[in-house]
Amino acid sequence: MAQQLLLNVILAFVWMFLADSFSGSSFVIGYLLGLGILFVLRRYFSTTFYVVPLFVIGKLALIFIKELLLANWAVLKIVLSPSLNMKPCIFALPLEVKKDWEITLLSSLITLTPGTFVIDVSDDKKEIYIHTIDAPDVDEAVRQIKTSFEKTILEVSR
Amino acid sequence: MTEIIDGLIVLFVMAGALLTLISAIGVLRLPDVYTRSHAISKSTTLGMIFILMGTLFYFWLKHDHFNSRLLLAIVFLFLTSPVSAHLISRAAYYSGVRPWEGTVRDDLAERRENRTKSAE
Repeated sequence: MAQQLLLNVILAFVWMFLADSFSGSSFVIGYLLGLGILFVLRRYFSTTFYVVPLFVIGKLALIFIKELLLANWAVLKIVLSPSLNMKPCIFALPLEVKKDWEITLLSSLITLTPGTFVIDVSDDKKEIYIHTIDAPDVDEAVRQIKTSFEKTILEVSR
Repeated sequence: MTEIIDGLIVLFVMAGALLTLISAIGVLRLPDVYTRSHAISKSTTLGMIFILMGTLFYFWLKHDHFNSRLLLAIVFLFLTSPVSAHLISRAAYYSGVRPWEGTVRDDLAERRENRTKSAE
């Protein structure tokens, strides 16, 4: 992905040298032309056309903001309810993501989502240990959120 | 138009202050380190972000001064506060702080015992 981005910038600079005008607007024109060229030549790259992962990252950011707002609503309800009848639990979640940066990203996402945060990652990086604030109604729903997060992260790195 | 802008700024700052207050109440009310860590890591993060966004909009829309440092501070808060919550609760867990007795399940207990055994 970074390779394609760099290639696109270089193509934009080639356009600037060809057009003999060194301004922001000619850079943008060259960049868009380069984008078209890279789209035509996409089958020669081993990874997907790099605009796709960028969109997925945008999607991840939106999910993140939504989950952060929901998380705060959930904490607010627990803190301000008259009786503390929550059931905390610590459970292990098997991981599908492999690379270190993916695990870090996933654990930050989990920490900022409703009622969960990460306590530890196992030594072989196959499991993470999650503390939930209210087990019965969160456990299954959270598992679903996690699969959607994990799937999106896997889409980015593919 | 200025009323809308004023309302937006007031809304952001008030929401941020309220969320910070709620997380302070959470620290007082919740029973153990881990549940308190929930209140701290989520509510204060969003509360601070709201206050910073209110400040950003105030100087941007009222005084025509876009302060990029506030934006950077929001991003830094986003990145660092979940990590610090994770590290504090992890350190608490391995130094032997027991979860609250209402805790239903504890998959980490076995792991902690192995660690303490290997330390001895």
